[in-house]
Amino acid sequence: MELLEKLTILADAAKYDAACTSSGARRGPRAGMVGCTSSSVAGCCHSYSADGRCVTLLKVLLSNDCSYECSYCVNRRSNDTPRATFEPRELAELTIGFYRRNYVEGLFLSSAVLVSPDRTTERMIEALRILREEFCFNGYVHAKAIPGTSPELVTRLGLLADRLSVNIELPSEASLRALAPNKTRHAILAPMRQIRDEAAESQQELVKHRCAPRFAPAGQATQLIVGASGESDRHILNLTESLYTRYRLRRVFYSAYVPVVENTLLPALDTKPPLLREHRLYQADWLLRFYGFRASELLDESQPDFDPRLDPKCCWALRHPEFFPVEVNRADYETLLRVPGMGVVSAKRILVARRTGPLHADDLKKLGVVMKRAQYFLTCSGRLATPLRLSGAAVLAGLLALERATAPQSVYEQLSLFA
Amino acid sequence: MKWKDIIYQYDGSFDGLLCCIFESYTQREYPTAIYCGEEDEWSLFETRLVLTDAAHAQRVGRSLRKLSPDVLPLLRRCFLTCLPDKELAIYRFVAKLYREGPSYLTRLSDDAYQPLLRAVRAMSAEVEHLRGFVRFSDYGGLLGAEIAPKNRVLPLLRGHFCARCHAETFFLYDRTHREALLYANGRSRIVPLEDFRPAPPDAEETAYRQLWRRFYDTIAIRERENPGLRMSRMPKRYWAQMTELQHDGDALPPKP
Repeated sequence: MELLEKLTILADAAKYDAACTSSGARRGPRAGMVGCTSSSVAGCCHSYSADGRCVTLLKVLLSNDCSYECSYCVNRRSNDTPRATFEPRELAELTIGFYRRNYVEGLFLSSAVLVSPDRTTERMIEALRILREEFCFNGYVHAKAIPGTSPELVTRLGLLADRLSVNIELPSEASLRALAPNKTRHAILAPMRQIRDEAAESQQELVKHRCAPRFAPAGQATQLIVGASGESDRHILNLTESLYTRYRLRRVFYSAYVPVVENTLLPALDTKPPLLREHRLYQADWLLRFYGFRASELLDESQPDFDPRLDPKCCWALRHPEFFPVEVNRADYETLLRVPGMGVVSAKRILVARRTGPLHADDLKKLGVVMKRAQYFLTCSGRLATPLRLSGAAVLAGLLALERATAPQSVYEQLSLFA
Repeated sequence: MKWKDIIYQYDGSFDGLLCCIFESYTQREYPTAIYCGEEDEWSLFETRLVLTDAAHAQRVGRSLRKLSPDVLPLLRRCFLTCLPDKELAIYRFVAKLYREGPSYLTRLSDDAYQPLLRAVRAMSAEVEHLRGFVRFSDYGGLLGAEIAPKNRVLPLLRGHFCARCHAETFFLYDRTHREALLYANGRSRIVPLEDFRPAPPDAEETAYRQLWRRFYDTIAIRERENPGLRMSRMPKRYWAQMTELQHDGDALPPKP
C-alpha cells in the first residue's frame, strides 16, 4: 500500500485522541542528534486543524487492525473500515521528514491491538528504537501504553518516549463492562501505577547520576470520553482530581464523544458531540490545576453537573456571596485567583503593580483583568467597581448576558421562560 | 529654562536611539518626534541629525542599568516591535523612569509604560506563533523558509531555530523587513536581503508537502468543525506561508 494512503487511514483512525501536546520535556541540542525538545516548557503548536484543535505531533496509529471489540470505537474488530499498518522504519522516516521541515514537534504513537497488547507494544518499541537510535531523533515522543501490556515492555517503552499515556476512556467500571468488554479497570490502572513509580524512581536516580536513563521525563497523561456513557460531571471531576493527586498525572484530556457507531448502548448517530460540556470540564480542570480549587467545591450532590450557561468559576462565585467583594489592594494571591475574570497572569501583575500605589478600576483593565466579569466581585480601595451594589440575581443576569454572545445558541433555546 | 521642542533624526540603530536620549538631556531639548533615515517632511520644528556615538550610547546604557538590570533588555525588545512611533514611546518611558526612579518599573498600568509592555507582549506572541508556523522546504539538503511578520522577530527566532536545526544548514527570509537569518556549521548571521524567490520543489519535497497536507486535512474531526476557533488561534495573516493551507490540487477529494 502506498505511504500516502496508509497515512490517511492511520491519521484518520488516530484523530479522536485529544492529547496533542509537546510540553514537559527539556532536552537541549546534542551533537550528532536531530532536533531538541527545549523549544519551550509549554510546548509548541505547529498548526491548527479545521476543528480548531492544535497540531503539535504527527499523531498516528501504528496499526488500526484491532482484535478488540469496544463499542464506541471506529477501529473495533467488527467494523468494516480499511485497515493499514506502518512498517516501523517507514514511520520513523516520515517523522524525521516532518520534523526537519518544522511541520511537527515529534511523534504521537498509538495503536490498535494488533493480535495482543504485547505484540503491539513490541512493534511500537521497534519503531521508536529506529527513530531514536538509528535516526538519532532528539525531539518529542508521546507513546500510548496499551492496557494489558507486560511491565517489562512498558519499561522499555518509557525509556524511549517523553510522555506515556494510558487511556481510561470510560470513566467507570460499569461502562467499561458494558462498552469495552476486553478492558478492565485493573488492566488500565496497573500500567498507570507502574509508570508513576518508575518515573519517580528515575527522578531519584537522576539526582545521583546525571546520565541515568530517563523514564518518561514528561510524565503521563490520560483521556476520558465525555458523553458516551451516563456518568455525571461530578463523577468525572472527582476521578480527575484523584488522578492528579494519586497518580501524579500531568494532564487529563476530555474527548466529547462523536457518534461513529450504531449501538443501542450508545447515543444515537445523529447526536451532536457534547462540545460545551467538554469545554466546561476543561475549565474546571484548569481551576483544579492552577487556581487552587478542589473538585468538591465546584460540584456536589445537589449539583452534579455544570451549568451550561455559566463557567464553573462564575457559578462558584455566585454560590459564595460571603467571599465577595474582594479588595484588590489587599487580598492575597490565592484570594485574587478566585475572582471571576482574573487569571494567573493578571493576579501576578496586580501583586507587582500595587506595590507603588493603590490600584483603581481603570488600572485593572490595563493589567489584563476581564472587568466585564470581575466588576461584580471587586472593590478598589473600598469602592465598588460597579456603580450600584447589585443583588445576586442581577449579577447572574449580567454574567448571562456576557456569555450569551459566545455560547452556542442551542443552550438558550432549551431554557423555558417559566422555569 | 524651558526645554526646546525639536525633531531628531537618527540612523535607525538601537545605539542611535540611546544617543538621541543623550542629546536631549545634554542640550535640554524635548523631541516631539524621532525618526530614522531621511524623511523630507516639512515641519514647524527644527530638525537635527543625531550622530551615533558609541561612548554616548554606553553612558545612557550604564545609567539605565544602574536603575534596573531589566530595563535595557526590555527596551531592546521594544525596539524590535512595530509599535507606531516606538522611538518616541521609548523616549517618554525613559524620561519618566529617570524622573521617578526604579520604583516606576512596578507601575505596570502607567500610560507611558503600558503601551511598551503591550507591544512587547504582542511581539512575544508572534514569536511564539512563528516557532510553530514556519515551514521549511528542503532545497537539496539546504532548508529554506519565508515569513512575513509584523515585528522584527528574526533576532528572537534565532536562538530557537539554531538549536532546533543545529545539524542543518538553513535560511529564514523575513519579507516584511527584507532581511534573512542564515545558519551553517554552528554560526548564524542576520543580513539584509532585498528579494528572494524560492526554487521550485523537487520530487521528494513535493511528496512531503502532499503527505503533510493530507495529514492536516485528515486529522480534523468534521463533526467538530470550528473555523472561528481556528482563525483566532492561527490568524489568517500567517496562512500564506503555511504549506498545509496552500492547495495546489493534491488535496483530498471532497467527501460525499
